[in-house]
Amino acid sequence: MSADTLPDTEEVWRWLSEVPDPEIPVITITELGIIRGVEYDADTLVVTVTPTYSGCPATSMINLQIEEKLRDNGVEKICLKRQLSPAWTTDWIADAAREKLRAYGIAPPIDGTAAAGDMVAGRIARMTGEGLTVNCPRCGSANTFRVSQFGSTPCKAAYQCRDCLEPFDYFKCI
Amino acid sequence: MAPSLSDIMTPDAAELARAAGGKGRAPLEMGTPAHDLFVGLARLGDNTLILGHRVSEWCGHAPVLEEDIALANMALDLIGQTQLWLGLAGEAEGRGRTADDLAFLRDAWHFYNILLVERPNRDFGHTLMRQFLFDAWHQPMLKALEGSSDVRIAEIAQKAGKEVAYHIERSADLVIRLGDGTEESHARMQDALDRLWPYAGEMFVGDAVDLRLAEAGVMPAPEDLRAAWDETVHAVLSEATLTRPEGDFAHKGGRQGRHTEDMGHILSSMQWLQRAYPGATW
Repeated sequence: MSADTLPDTEEVWRWLSEVPDPEIPVITITELGIIRGVEYDADTLVVTVTPTYSGCPATSMINLQIEEKLRDNGVEKICLKRQLSPAWTTDWIADAAREKLRAYGIAPPIDGTAAAGDMVAGRIARMTGEGLTVNCPRCGSANTFRVSQFGSTPCKAAYQCRDCLEPFDYFKCI
Repeated sequence: MAPSLSDIMTPDAAELARAAGGKGRAPLEMGTPAHDLFVGLARLGDNTLILGHRVSEWCGHAPVLEEDIALANMALDLIGQTQLWLGLAGEAEGRGRTADDLAFLRDAWHFYNILLVERPNRDFGHTLMRQFLFDAWHQPMLKALEGSSDVRIAEIAQKAGKEVAYHIERSADLVIRLGDGTEESHARMQDALDRLWPYAGEMFVGDAVDLRLAEAGVMPAPEDLRAAWDETVHAVLSEATLTRPEGDFAHKGGRQGRHTEDMGHILSSMQWLQRAYPGATW
């Protein structure tokens, strides 16, 4: 591929917006907000990706899918760059994706409620605990309770609805 | 069929370990900034690696499904952080060792984790108490590291800190619920605290490496984290109706590579595959 036939970065963003998250396939990796940059270094396409959690096993899968997608579209010189800072936050999840999460059965994050881990008035701040109202993604009821701080993946907490009894995941803030 | 013990000791394994021990390049000279940085990073990465491995031992064994999942997810966070710390340690060392080389091809005396994290799991309450005593240190440690003069360290600390904020919330919450729970759970939590207490002090005892790293603004002096830890531990133990043990005797040595017998058992299980099948990849 010569320089004048390289796909422009907008086109590349469009391709990447078709790559599903391997764990939550209803949303894409661009909606998740983990693609931090698409640019050329000479004729090499550099895609900058930030991990959601340090130990997220989906990270290597996502990198593989990105590479596959770009290769399928004829891009030959690819460089995937990992960027830790600024650290990923659930605030970067697109609004449209939040509705898709809900429809899929996962309560979307409630912005501004990330754990701080700090001492507040002599005790550990438990913002994510009893003070937080997470609506059931199935029936919409606010009558829910937290079963565990960690759900099916590190990014989620396990909840249950007292009205319709649905157990569900809540995508917690980070 | 699994290889026998003599297979594990093949020349291949010995050769691989030697090669991974620096790709033929001379080890760093002790006391140099590069060596200090390597040791400082290995201490961080070895803490998260060994604790992550210990916590992962619960996988499939926890008292209830939700706790099983929670423990596995915390182990995953810790192992993920290990990849970042040990990856950077290998970079700082400059001898071509990867995070995997450091995790799987060092022997006990080249691990620099505190003794607390290698303590056996015992019961669920004991595991949570160990986690809490560690988290109460880990959280302020990462906060301090966010201001490191080494931007690579600051970036990892910022990332890991967000995860650890959830760890401390969870472990503190469970220590309170189990401590201020039934007679049985209270007794078990007090027993866990009494057994683990002599292993907590090591977190706050600095050596010459710590001193030089602190002077360079790379990492905080261990002593400086004591006040924040004391405050958290005091508040949570009070709410948990648990009695803080008397005395501050501390078992030490882990951060200098001197470990308890348990460390060898952890490594024999954690490193078995790489020792038996040298160079095996996923």
